[in-house]
Amino acid sequence: MAKITAGVATSHVPAIGAAIDNGKTQDPYWQPLFAGYEFGKEWIKQQKPDVVILVYNDHASAFDMNIIPTFALGCAPSFAPADEGWGPRPVPPVVGYPELASHIAQSVIQQDFDLTIINKMDVDHGLTVPLSLMFGQPDAWPCKIIPVAVNVVLYPAPSGKRCYALGKAIRKAVESFDDDLNVQIWGTGGMSHQLQGPRAGLINEEFDNDFLDRLVDDADNLAEMPHFDYLNLAGSEGVELVMWLIMRGALNDKVKLKKRFYHVPASNTAVGHLILENE
Amino acid sequence: MSLDKPYKHIPGTTVFDAEMGRLGYHLNQFCMSLMKAENRERFKANERAYLDEWEMTEEQKQAVIDRDYNRMMATGGNIYFLAKIFSSDGISFQDAASTMTGMTQPEYAQMMLNGGRKPDASNTFSGDKNG
Repeated sequence: MAKITAGVATSHVPAIGAAIDNGKTQDPYWQPLFAGYEFGKEWIKQQKPDVVILVYNDHASAFDMNIIPTFALGCAPSFAPADEGWGPRPVPPVVGYPELASHIAQSVIQQDFDLTIINKMDVDHGLTVPLSLMFGQPDAWPCKIIPVAVNVVLYPAPSGKRCYALGKAIRKAVESFDDDLNVQIWGTGGMSHQLQGPRAGLINEEFDNDFLDRLVDDADNLAEMPHFDYLNLAGSEGVELVMWLIMRGALNDKVKLKKRFYHVPASNTAVGHLILENE
Repeated sequence: MSLDKPYKHIPGTTVFDAEMGRLGYHLNQFCMSLMKAENRERFKANERAYLDEWEMTEEQKQAVIDRDYNRMMATGGNIYFLAKIFSSDGISFQDAASTMTGMTQPEYAQMMLNGGRKPDASNTFSGDKNG
């Protein structure tokens, strides 16, 4: 059967993608950030996942104000990198896994999550920056990807509790798929950041470090945190962190912490990164 | 009974909720149109004429012309949509963010290098959020 073996959490700041695409990863500004991902790049070469379920949010690229799905599951055979206004990132196309994705859709909807199914979608930096951070710059991504796009742009995003429960439902869905597959789930976005208004630039290191710690071994309680606390303490865009709870919900109650990294700043944002393995 | 919106108490922050999304629908869709090169060219050639093609309020149109991002957000703009405007202008997210804070771009960049804006009593809400 298919099995979720590990989870990865990472920020997906667009400037990180631009630094990679423009060969600036060793610049003094960027070098400390990319050093934090060296372990992950080696680790994932050993892990060799067959498929990554990649939880991210679209940033007014594939979805405009006409259609705003709360949870959207990408079921297409492939997804093109989006043109976000300055041309698509020079990264390989994302190869999907329609058989597993449609299986997950059916199972998760029957577990009372009203997913939106997406059969055509371009994917923006929210999805491609994490791939670049973990896989570098290959000619083709080394595994299949199932995008899970979460609305965190138009308030309210789904609650942390709902995201955590969705993770559990995704796990159950994966484990009822007959093929033997090594599946990872990634949660992306965050950490604290605010891109707008007189309070732009807010970074809350205490909040972020507490979140990183509790995601590992206190996730049941962390999932109860209300939206207000994310918005107030981690910034208006910090609410993206609810997506990490989908990843965490899909893992075992007890996990092994393989990597923990925190860095400020990347542009306007605090960067966090975790690698968790199921025991 | 009205909806509870405690996030309206958060200083210096506009939360893009369903009500703002309704007010800003045409403004945000205008922004989306700038993802196409031909539209960017038409907008740059005559901003006023291009804006007049959209069912936006006069205040929204003037805020776009003035590149007053706080006013655009106050009238329903969302930052990820508004990003299409400053991207068309060739301005980075960090530089655009600085214009909303009253700081100069170098001051803002230095603040981020120093670890960002620290949370304190002046920029977070610590009262009764239901009050």
